[in-house]
Amino acid sequence: MPKSMRGFTDTDRMGRKTIAVLSGKGGTGKTFVSVNLACVSAPSTYVDCDAEEPNGHLYFKPQGFRAQKIDVPLPRVDSARCDGCRKCVDFCAYHALAWANGSLLVFDELCHGCAGCVMVCPNHALSEVRRNIGEIREGMSGRVRVLSGFLNPGEASGMPIIKALLERKNGGAGEFIFVDCPPGSSCMVSESVKDADYCVLVAEPTLFGAHNLKMVHELVKLHEKPCGAVLNKCLPGDDPSLDYCRAEGIPILARIPFDEELGLLNSNASIAVLESERYRLLFRELLLEIETEVPDAAAGHP
Amino acid sequence: MRQLVILSGKGGTGKTTVASALIRLSGARACADCDVDAPNLHLVNRHYSSGETAPYWGLPLADIDPVLCTACGECEVNCRFGAIIPGAPHRVDPYACEGCGVCVLVCPTDAINMRPHEAGTMTLYAQENRVFSTAQLRTGAGTSGLLVSQVKKRMNEAMKEDIPLAIVDGSPGIGCPVIATLSGADVTLIVAEPSLSGISDLERIVKTARGFGVRIAVCVNKANINPEKAEQIRRYCERETLFFAGVIPYDPLAIEAVNRGQTIADTPCPSGKAVREIYRNILPLLERGQTGV
Amino acid sequence: MKIAVPVEGLGNDTAVSASFGRAAGFLVFDNGEGTTKILSNDAAQSAGGAGIRAAQTVVDSGAMILLTPQCGGNAAKVLLAAGVKLYKTQPDVSASENIKRFLRGELTELAEIHEGFHGH
Repeated sequence: MPKSMRGFTDTDRMGRKTIAVLSGKGGTGKTFVSVNLACVSAPSTYVDCDAEEPNGHLYFKPQGFRAQKIDVPLPRVDSARCDGCRKCVDFCAYHALAWANGSLLVFDELCHGCAGCVMVCPNHALSEVRRNIGEIREGMSGRVRVLSGFLNPGEASGMPIIKALLERKNGGAGEFIFVDCPPGSSCMVSESVKDADYCVLVAEPTLFGAHNLKMVHELVKLHEKPCGAVLNKCLPGDDPSLDYCRAEGIPILARIPFDEELGLLNSNASIAVLESERYRLLFRELLLEIETEVPDAAAGHP
Repeated sequence: MRQLVILSGKGGTGKTTVASALIRLSGARACADCDVDAPNLHLVNRHYSSGETAPYWGLPLADIDPVLCTACGECEVNCRFGAIIPGAPHRVDPYACEGCGVCVLVCPTDAINMRPHEAGTMTLYAQENRVFSTAQLRTGAGTSGLLVSQVKKRMNEAMKEDIPLAIVDGSPGIGCPVIATLSGADVTLIVAEPSLSGISDLERIVKTARGFGVRIAVCVNKANINPEKAEQIRRYCERETLFFAGVIPYDPLAIEAVNRGQTIADTPCPSGKAVREIYRNILPLLERGQTGV
Repeated sequence: MKIAVPVEGLGNDTAVSASFGRAAGFLVFDNGEGTTKILSNDAAQSAGGAGIRAAQTVVDSGAMILLTPQCGGNAAKVLLAAGVKLYKTQPDVSASENIKRFLRGELTELAEIHEGFHGH
């Protein structure tokens, strides 16, 4: 039985289980898996943390998609107080400030909102204002509560959006919350995984897929999360991802065969479990597998 | 020397599968894998003996000296990224630290310094007249244009003057790493996916590439998954006067080849045949380069 | 008048750098004095905002003309705010030769500013 369990201190959970769905690379089927799992376990919540390239809402087409702006702090200069000492320009680790022609230029998208410039200014010429970097939208699709993050193109980091999404994840009905993580194993994925009870790793049966699976598995191990794998687009023949899972003792929750018809459905943003009985059954079984693997949420409570 | 860069916009479209085949077909003696977050080219780009590794120093991160720390908590209060782990002494969480330096500023005992942080590893394979440069970013690190620039720089520096063609497997997305990948490129071949999201991503990467004055070619991979969307892409290229280089069918033999560590140009298969055709189609663009007519 | 060019190396016969933000340095030619100096670019090692930092170096050098193969949106903002004019370098020709060509009126203004990304 998996160890862990750093995440079990949230008393708002009320027995809800948060399942993070991740893959090492884009295009393996993360969204496909999380969208269909959310559908088949309804009432449930689906959270799209891939704020740079959100896709889940294309499948769900939620009703009443209410938006909430997400703002971050930004420095603003009072030129009357500014004497051009440039301490702020020199301090900024992201080069978000420049001095040209007697005035301070601020590069919004590079600013990380650390407020260091405000602190170093000897003349109190800098203050903080709020700047919009994107929004989160919430709506219903049947009995699935859909939460999606949208980062404005050109922005530096989706972190504040992911944080805002995760703060809201517990507000819906049903037992399961599926978090569709950004691809890769960067700091943003790390944030999406932090409060998960269980991680589903989606992998392709190729050499590349196995390589990327290993990377995302390392991230999951770092967070000490229990996990299982879903092998997607499977074909007869060698499966290096399967080999990796066996070698590492990662339980295989499902093997989804490559299917041209499914490829077509997906490229048109249709939800497989609603269009096909075969996939509805497949995902029901996958859900059961996850249910038996996820540790009881109450077990870790202090 | 001409530089061909393979890009995609979204990950998973088949960039590395195509890039590795083009390297084989062209016999290019210089190549680089700029997908530093999830590099895959080395898995099918064999024929190199041992490589020379070097650490990649990313954004300097905060480091608390346990001897000087009095656990006053000023750093934690002022850290906007939740990167301070309280305790005796306080510690920095390197996965959350964004390197802003505010904690250094506020620490009353000067216990905090910014230290270079090893954020990855670079590997250079160079033998006889051939060079292959790649890198791996550490788990949890930020994707970085700087690492991409270094990967390319190492390829360029290791190249002998007479290498006529360099092929670069680019990173997905449209951000800083892609811009760093495009720097110095003559031609870019964009591998697109025939899907709703694939088309939207294609438009964004084209917009990015245009700013570089680089010649743009587009091909559609796994085209038979959705022929209607594949056709949409072809029409888009026509409208936008982008060179449409061809289509590649979805091909299970491609996966088998890759799993054996081979490229699709190494074994007879439909996707290999299609890539050969694409290579023939883009050759004139490569010969003309950036300033050709 | 001072003219700046991003360069690959620090010698006088150096090639023009393909990248502005991560150039090894900037060759600054003072037309009035007839002197040349090479400033090293500390943005070359930075993880983000390289274009801005590089532009700051150019602005601080007093150069009012920049010859470059390309320039990103962020760098351009700084340069234009300072009144620096941007011209496109000719390929396969050294930095010094580009300066000569500029002075003969052979270079055109830089028309395309590429979308800079704004992340680390």
